[in-house]
Amino acid sequence: MPKGTVEIHVERCKACGFCVEFCPTKVLALSTAFNSKGYHPPYLIAPEKCSGCDLCGMYCPDFAIFGYRIKFPDGSEAA
Amino acid sequence: MSVMPIVNPVEPFLRSDRMPHIWCPGCGIGTTVNCFTRALIDAKVDLDNLAIVSGIGCSGRVAGYVRLDSFHTTHGRAIPFATGLKLANPKLNVVVYSGDGDLTAIGGNHLIHAARRNVDLKIICVNNLIYAMTGGQTAPTTPDDVITSTNPYGTFDPSFNLPHLVEAAGAVYVGRWTTYHVRQLSRAITEIFQKSGFCFIEILSPCPTLYQRRNKMGDGLDTMKFYKEKSKIRNGAPTSEVGLTKQGAIIVGKFVDRTRPEYRALMHDQMMESLGERYVEQGLEVACSN
Amino acid sequence: MNADPRGVLSGVHFIDGDHACCEGALAAGARFAAGYPITPSTEVVERFAARIPTVGGTFIQMEDELAASIAIQGAVWGGAKAFTVTSGPGFSLMMEHIGYAAMTETPCVFVNVQRGGPSTGLPTLPAQADMMQARWGSHGDYGLIAVCPNSPQECFDLTVKAFNLSEKYRVPVMIMMDEVVGHMTEKVVIPSADQIDVEPRRHSSKPPQQYQPYQPEADGVPEIVHAGEGYRFHVTGLTHDERGYPAMTPQVQDRLVRRLKQKIESAVDRITLAEEANLEDAEVVVVSYGITSRVAQRAIDLAREKGIRVGKLRLITVWPFPTERISQLARRIKAFVVPEINLGQIVHEVERAAGGAARTIAVSHAGGSVHNPELILQAIVEAAK
Repeated sequence: MPKGTVEIHVERCKACGFCVEFCPTKVLALSTAFNSKGYHPPYLIAPEKCSGCDLCGMYCPDFAIFGYRIKFPDGSEAA
Repeated sequence: MSVMPIVNPVEPFLRSDRMPHIWCPGCGIGTTVNCFTRALIDAKVDLDNLAIVSGIGCSGRVAGYVRLDSFHTTHGRAIPFATGLKLANPKLNVVVYSGDGDLTAIGGNHLIHAARRNVDLKIICVNNLIYAMTGGQTAPTTPDDVITSTNPYGTFDPSFNLPHLVEAAGAVYVGRWTTYHVRQLSRAITEIFQKSGFCFIEILSPCPTLYQRRNKMGDGLDTMKFYKEKSKIRNGAPTSEVGLTKQGAIIVGKFVDRTRPEYRALMHDQMMESLGERYVEQGLEVACSN
Repeated sequence: MNADPRGVLSGVHFIDGDHACCEGALAAGARFAAGYPITPSTEVVERFAARIPTVGGTFIQMEDELAASIAIQGAVWGGAKAFTVTSGPGFSLMMEHIGYAAMTETPCVFVNVQRGGPSTGLPTLPAQADMMQARWGSHGDYGLIAVCPNSPQECFDLTVKAFNLSEKYRVPVMIMMDEVVGHMTEKVVIPSADQIDVEPRRHSSKPPQQYQPYQPEADGVPEIVHAGEGYRFHVTGLTHDERGYPAMTPQVQDRLVRRLKQKIESAVDRITLAEEANLEDAEVVVVSYGITSRVAQRAIDLAREKGIRVGKLRLITVWPFPTERISQLARRIKAFVVPEINLGQIVHEVERAAGGAARTIAVSHAGGSVHNPELILQAIVEAAK
């Protein structure tokens, strides 16, 4: 299981590409799908490499993505 | 085995009912808001004693998108509004969040006087080197030889070196980062919440639609890469040396961190010296109908 | 409710209009002023600067009138009652922020001690030439209230009134003094605090989840809250909806801007203050305000000695204009005589309201001194023909 994952608010995305570029482990890529405004939102191309660092969330100017560490109900973290 | 869902750390700070916002794809203003909210969390700022005051322009729209007591005021006059707000309720943490045009052109006079007085205000100056909202006119910060809508043949006005200006005017904290430097920027904003006095952070941000596009400098992502390539972190650099040019190095860092008596302390001390016991510092709360 | 005694300098004073205005502000509860020096208004804030540190509050001399006129609004949203003071050139600079106060419904007071204009004009001499500007000076549609004292006593009384009106209607109120009233020294009686009625701020008691910053009450005025009270509200000069959010459509514009105008205009009867004398049998009515009303009184007395049935209508509130009252009078009198220290401003309002039912005779004076009562008398005689 990867250490972290992201949540993407597809409709807010304007496909600026910041998250794709600045993800340290390159887990994101812009998809071929469209949101209703015609932008290509990102998707996890290499989800197993996500550390949940949330650099994508820090960079995203549209508040459309954030990353987080996967935590279980008992408080432990994944990996 | 199940996964605990969490919320985007920035979401509680947003007026979600107003999303998506009006800023262009690749604009860096939203990125500055992420850093700002991260700093509010790290500095443990009491959100019920925080007020955001902005002026007019793209950066000025931040006030309307954050779920805080916020005031979208007139062009150039966020700082005097914020001064009145702070003096009437000194318990408030007052942040002025505005753009380079608003703060340094029409607002220039207020900028230097508030810095001179060392009013306890946190100034977040998003600098996209242009007047963006009105369609890309020249700003006092626009570097030389840049195409804008009011300099269609290229700018020739010398531009402001903002850190130098505000340091000379009296600011006690002066820093500059770009929207590429998300971690350093968050830390800088956290620092100014722990400091009293006139604090100024300049944040270089892309305006891909106007500045970068008209000057064939790519889109927002290209600009972020440009910032990464051209930035040199020089904490403590003399502000006279941090002027910006169209393609040259971008000096970033914390340039000034000093202590001067804050405005209200100066007022208090003077009044105490002259009036002693007769001085009544704060009036009664304005009587309200409930 | 009663005035806060800490700000009330009860007693009998011999002071000028500027000084009395400052005392009125303090009595009304003003605890913040921002200003920029300009003759002949400066004494108001100079006195405030001297008084406020022992009453409790702040005075700040800002770098210009643009800063002063918005700093007071920041202070209002921070919880204070606040005002600023200026004269013609500064009044022009403050226009954008008068509009901001009208748009955001910020209760605050602007004092204009009028002097000769236009431009730098006559800094030390009177005029009444900013009267139209007081109403229409800022861009866009909005309503506001303007009062016109004609004595230092009225400078005190009407300043208290101005603050009260601004709180009640959540509107900027203009105190339109002139250089003579501002600089004339007369007896001013300041009563005890329990005899001064002060309007409290219309602060909402709703919890944050239910409160909407621009949801009007029955009288068209929304309740207000301050920064730092947990409401997390937004104020903007952009056209906004009841939530305070920018909403730039013709429908929201119509709803908002009509309400800004209506909340004042529908309350004309409750706001209007005027001094009337001998109107029952009048065939000529002298309509005047400010210092000119005192000169006009002399002319009226002389005319009555000559047997002319002349009545007096002194406007104490000039805006909103008492259209209905003028219109009523017009139907039964021959003419209005309107002396003003300008080349015709309020006279046009009188003419409009008269609707042609009575003549309107202006007695104009470009500024720099008060009228010679003879000129007003001549106009009354002419009107009575």
